[in-house]
Amino acid sequence: MMRYLIGRLLALVPVLFGISLLVFFLMALIPGDPAEAILGSYATEENLTKLRSDLALDRPLPEQYVTWLGNLTRGDFGTSYSLNRLVRDEIFDRLGPTLLLAGTAFILCTVLGLAAGVACAVWQNGWPDRVVGLIVLLGISTPSFWLALLLVALFSITLGWFPASGMLSVIDNGGLLTHLTLPALTLALVAAGVVARLMRTNMLEVLRQDYIRTARAKGLRETRIVGHHALRNAITGMIPVLGIQAGFVLGGAVYVETVFQWPGLGRALVTAIQTRDILLVQGAVLVLACGYVFLNLLADLLQHLLDPRLRP
Amino acid sequence: MDRMIRRLPIVTGKGCALMGLFAACLLAGCQRTAPIPTNTLVIGQLAEPKSLDPQAATALNDFRIAANLYDGLVRFKNGTLEIEPALAESWEISGDGRTYQFSLRGGVRFHDGTPFDSDAVKFHFERILQPDHPFHDTGPFPLAFFFSSIKRVETPDARTVIFHLDEPFAPLLSNLASPSGFLVSPSAVKKFGRAFGRHPVGTGPFVFDGWESNRLVRLRRSADYWDGAAKLETLIFRPLTDENARLTELLAGGCDLVMEVPPDVVTFFRKEPHFEVLEAVGPHLWFLILNTREGPFRDPRMRHAVTLAINREALTRDLLQGTASVPTGPIPDAFAWATDPSLKPSPYDPEKARSLIREAGQEGATLTLYAAEGGSGMLAPREMATAIQADLAKVGLTVRIETFEWNTFLNRVNGGLLGRADMAQMAWMVNDPDTLPFLALRTEAWPEKGGFNSGYYSNPEVDRLLEEARSEPRQDARGDIYRRIQKIVIEDAPWVFVASWKQNAVATSRVHGLELQPSFLLLLKDAWKTPAAL
Repeated sequence: MMRYLIGRLLALVPVLFGISLLVFFLMALIPGDPAEAILGSYATEENLTKLRSDLALDRPLPEQYVTWLGNLTRGDFGTSYSLNRLVRDEIFDRLGPTLLLAGTAFILCTVLGLAAGVACAVWQNGWPDRVVGLIVLLGISTPSFWLALLLVALFSITLGWFPASGMLSVIDNGGLLTHLTLPALTLALVAAGVVARLMRTNMLEVLRQDYIRTARAKGLRETRIVGHHALRNAITGMIPVLGIQAGFVLGGAVYVETVFQWPGLGRALVTAIQTRDILLVQGAVLVLACGYVFLNLLADLLQHLLDPRLRP
Repeated sequence: MDRMIRRLPIVTGKGCALMGLFAACLLAGCQRTAPIPTNTLVIGQLAEPKSLDPQAATALNDFRIAANLYDGLVRFKNGTLEIEPALAESWEISGDGRTYQFSLRGGVRFHDGTPFDSDAVKFHFERILQPDHPFHDTGPFPLAFFFSSIKRVETPDARTVIFHLDEPFAPLLSNLASPSGFLVSPSAVKKFGRAFGRHPVGTGPFVFDGWESNRLVRLRRSADYWDGAAKLETLIFRPLTDENARLTELLAGGCDLVMEVPPDVVTFFRKEPHFEVLEAVGPHLWFLILNTREGPFRDPRMRHAVTLAINREALTRDLLQGTASVPTGPIPDAFAWATDPSLKPSPYDPEKARSLIREAGQEGATLTLYAAEGGSGMLAPREMATAIQADLAKVGLTVRIETFEWNTFLNRVNGGLLGRADMAQMAWMVNDPDTLPFLALRTEAWPEKGGFNSGYYSNPEVDRLLEEARSEPRQDARGDIYRRIQKIVIEDAPWVFVASWKQNAVATSRVHGLELQPSFLLLLKDAWKTPAAL
């Protein structure tokens, strides 16, 4: 186990290095001069030159990259020029709401997806399978931003049950739960579709295994067979899928946060792109990409831990 | 076996428990969210403000908040761009237009208790104008050039301020009424330094009460405002960067008022009884700069031909869906005191355009049009470029559109169109009739001389009149000069005057006493709300 862990961690080094390269050079490809974006249309050439040299924008790209990477290793992400504060502080402040949203969405997605998958498998080809299957198909094929608008139209505008955007009420700072529901549900429904489909397949496979027949022959109650013997084995196979979905939920936060004006990292990223705040974009993308990588690593490790067949 | 499975009471215990918990959460929220209180106005803004220091800010988004926190020496009279007294009760301008003497209102205090007096005014202008001022580093002050003609501020007593100008500059009063002229508390600037922009202190009808990044800016009523207390107790400005979020918040009751609603949706709100669409034509001009130095547009007939060939009425009505009007000339029609109401925009007349093109011998000419991808005040630049291209194709002119990202676009256009393009889009938002023609139509404003006259228009008469207007202290006499300029420039047609943007906002029918201003400042002192209908 320890060797596996060390091996996996070492393999992360080139991945993270690759991410940093991509993040840095993709940003450099964006047209437009950050110095002009900062100083605006009233800037003088003199001020522009000074700012370019202050931001080291006049240095060759590889040199800029090495400086940036060197600062990163010391935990220095630079200063966001559109916000005039440290990128690190901004990311830290914005990460909380994103983790809350993505975490809630992930739990919802897991619970809804697994439950739907089990229901479909148990009543295979029966009406629950058909109904859930239809919902799942809709969930998979509906773009989240569209689903978000539909949910807002129904639950915020028509019924008025949930606020349309934000994290806390601007009047009394309350209502975290009601503000959280719609964005979390949007993210969860799309992700849950995939989980439900794969869980259904997994579960059907497990239910056809010999040991299930043995359990039935022993006269065990069906609830125990499904809930205990079959579920545990089917879920183990779901862990990598859940790992990918966790990454999806984290990445999906970017547009769901924009639609719902959730004050998280995703919305900060979108604003930073619009204002050409390159250091903030780089920092935010780096954090999100690393989050994705680590979630997948975590899923692999977890599966390794839970599934004895994978152990050497 | 199938029968046994069908008898299952529940699928899995744990899963159902969690589903139940979630359903309970949903049900807990199943009541209509509480309406916004009657004493509070929630405004959906386009973006997070950058700074609430009115001298450091440049964006309308920030000025909308600042306009409720501060006052200037003078202000724009309600619904117009005419000047009326504010913190100065009266003023006198010397005959040569070089000395402005203001008598200040007595008994006014900044929100932090600092008395408003001539020293505060002096501090304010020296801070932005003198590089060696101890608080000049609280800038930068991008719009300080509005006041660069002020060479010395004299304060003979606490209630008198005298500005000494190095040259006559009649637009000074309009600039003093603009947000850049809003007066800040000197003690607050000294206390907060560079952070003043996040701790604004003025004399306005509302007091700053908090700024939570990406969430809200809150103002509360100033009880002893010199011009009568505001009706609302609290203003909350929410940055809603997503267009859809602004609309859904308005529909769902999370905002009372949202600014700058896209054209498509304005049409929808006009039909809704619970909402009111507010509009004001502003001092904005969207125009095509024509390269008068080389190519087809050296010939004035060609310049008139494109003006006649572009269906501006249809463009503003259909493409911009009525969010802009067709301007008459280079001075935006919002300056009612400086424009001639009897002048009408030239009509759409492709027939006449064709004959002018024939006369000029330019049939089938190919023209290059510089278009922006977006940008401040540019409306829908790409769509407008395509519409113009289609209109000109109807009179046999081929238009080649070149599109640039906004900052690149500005660089290329401001550098002059010579060797680059025949036409370029441009838009300006100004606060005095002088600004645009002075900076972009004079011979002295050619790009090689550092100005914005990218099409190289030159008419000595216009140059002379613009200088003359600057030294004319009386507003009505100045207005006459601008009317003459307007006529000459329309005759010379160095630009195609395409659109003047109307600012819009949509409010719920609970909001009353609100009027959008041609200055585009959002003044909320006299706004009030009725209780929510149950």
